Amino acid sequence: MNKIISFPHISYYYIPIRYIIRNITKCEILIPESNSLNTVSIGAKYSPNDVCMPFKYNLGNYINALNRGANFLIQAGGGCRYGYYAELQEQILKELGYNFKFINLIKNNHISIIKLYNEAKKINNKLLFIEYVFYLIKGFLIIVFMDKTHKYIRENQALSINPKEYKKAFQILKIAYSKDKLSILKIIKIYINSKKALKSIPKKQNNNNIKILIIGELYTLMDSTANNNLENILIDSGSIIYRYTDLTYLLFKKKFARTKILKTSRKYLKYTLGADGAESIAHAIEHCKKGIDGIIHIKSYGCVPEINAIPILSQISKDYNVPIMYLSYDGENNIANIDTKIEAFYDMINEKNKKNNTYF
Amino acid sequence: MKKIKIGIPRAFHYYRYGVLWKTYFEGLGLKVVLSPETNQEILSLGINNIIDECCLSYKIFIGHAIYLSKICDYLLIPRICDYGKKDKVCTRFNGTYDNLNQLLSKSQILDYNIEYTKHKYQFLGLIKLGLKFTKNPIKIIYSYLYALKKQKKYDSINENEQKNKLQKNNKKVLIISHFYNIKDKFISKYITDYLEKNSITLIYSNYLDRKTAKVFSEYFSNTLYWKYSKEMIGSLYYYKYQIDGTIFISTYPCGIDSLVNNLAIYKNKDIPILNLSIDENITEVSLETKLESFIDIIKGAKNE
Repeated sequence: MNKIISFPHISYYYIPIRYIIRNITKCEILIPESNSLNTVSIGAKYSPNDVCMPFKYNLGNYINALNRGANFLIQAGGGCRYGYYAELQEQILKELGYNFKFINLIKNNHISIIKLYNEAKKINNKLLFIEYVFYLIKGFLIIVFMDKTHKYIRENQALSINPKEYKKAFQILKIAYSKDKLSILKIIKIYINSKKALKSIPKKQNNNNIKILIIGELYTLMDSTANNNLENILIDSGSIIYRYTDLTYLLFKKKFARTKILKTSRKYLKYTLGADGAESIAHAIEHCKKGIDGIIHIKSYGCVPEINAIPILSQISKDYNVPIMYLSYDGENNIANIDTKIEAFYDMINEKNKKNNTYF
Repeated sequence: MKKIKIGIPRAFHYYRYGVLWKTYFEGLGLKVVLSPETNQEILSLGINNIIDECCLSYKIFIGHAIYLSKICDYLLIPRICDYGKKDKVCTRFNGTYDNLNQLLSKSQILDYNIEYTKHKYQFLGLIKLGLKFTKNPIKIIYSYLYALKKQKKYDSINENEQKNKLQKNNKKVLIISHFYNIKDKFISKYITDYLEKNSITLIYSNYLDRKTAKVFSEYFSNTLYWKYSKEMIGSLYYYKYQIDGTIFISTYPCGIDSLVNNLAIYKNKDIPILNLSIDENITEVSLETKLESFIDIIKGAKNE
């Protein structure tokens, strides 16, 4: 039997994940259909009722992949209950009658790199550890470069005259990285080229764009379908988006930032809040000090660490006089709902800015 | 001199360390004030002061804490993160202290941290707290050890009582829930009363020896990393062949139970299981219907 490997979607990271797994296992990779409202409604049909939203999306992805012929599924995670998704998902899919093998990369609530090597070695006997590390580094480089480009787009697209160019440039980058064979030099070259293309796009002369910080739970933040395209709606209406959470942050920077986070948020926090709760608060404070027009806090329904953060965020919003909006997603397909809320939020910001101008 | 009053909310970890806390602080010469059993007033205090997406147990806890803050000088709110690398707890307990700090900025909150991975143990935390009230280290250590002994005695009494219950000839039902839900008046009082009225012996998941429960939870899953869930699920595998049915009680929306309880239901299809999710709007009538049919199932299963 041919081994066909599949994994759930998260934002655009299917490209580096596909690259790593393809090269270390030498198997066929099947990427499930990109996330849509259909995915979550299929997933929600078979998941327990008060589980959080990423579970439903992942389950929808798996069912889609299994229907199209995948027989090896991979799950990772960690932090809060994300670390325990795998077992229940495996059980649910088996109850549905699918035949597959499930690879769970979580050990003690964290992604284990050694476990991935052992699992890959079972599939591909010839894999050397050095080779494995080499591909891992290349994959991580792709993640870092894609994140850097996306960050540049978030912060600059609203300033430009023709924003469509940005989307086109990112599309080109995505296609360039989707190849099987990439040398380190080529990975860097692709990044430099796309950066050049992005920087050459002309910008507006006078800019008084609204600056918005988006914080919250990682899946809802990163996946544009999960947050009903929130980021693009905000960018299209001409605001600069600051978001620190991306895979680069979660994989590398987070470990070194822990002491700094408690230091910046000392006034409000004595301990960490679990998962990314304390990070949300620290970044809110940091950006409030720098000067920002509004904060949007998003999470999936029932996300415990972020609920822990909400009372403290409200206090910060009062202290620094920055408007804040809380959005809670549960895989609903009501896009007009988001539009109305954003409109009201913009009114809030504009009203506040007007007041400030008249007083000074 | 008037004695300093220290308040302990009758919620969450009171049901695990209550006897220890009470004897320890009384040994130091303080007056311990316990909040009353959960009533409508406390529940509405909790609901009105914290966001609606929190689980019912947390709302009740907040209610108790706010109720006590009006009548006490200090409040005891521990912060619990983990009991080792593989024994984490719900992230809810990581933030209880900081959340309450925002709500009750005036009253003083006593806190200590349990985080074994960073060498923060309960023993050290409580002794540090004790130094606030007395300068006599011998008194502190003596009252801690005495309190620990008393807590252990209390636990073993409950354990032995449960062993005697198993000898009975009645139909037995295992109640699986977090320790802070089982004895709470609002959450499970009605359920346990109704079952006992129908002459059913109740076995509780939190009265099994914790180490035994942990060993038995390996039958369920070896990647489970929540300490309290391990104890709950371990009790199911320990008692499985001595009971006639199981009731899961969870508070809506419990993050951990949504995964673990559902997996347990999938894996144990050979015994009758009732999964109850309790929220603040639950009515006794809706519970009664479910329990009635569950009792019918148990009795029917035995007749065959």
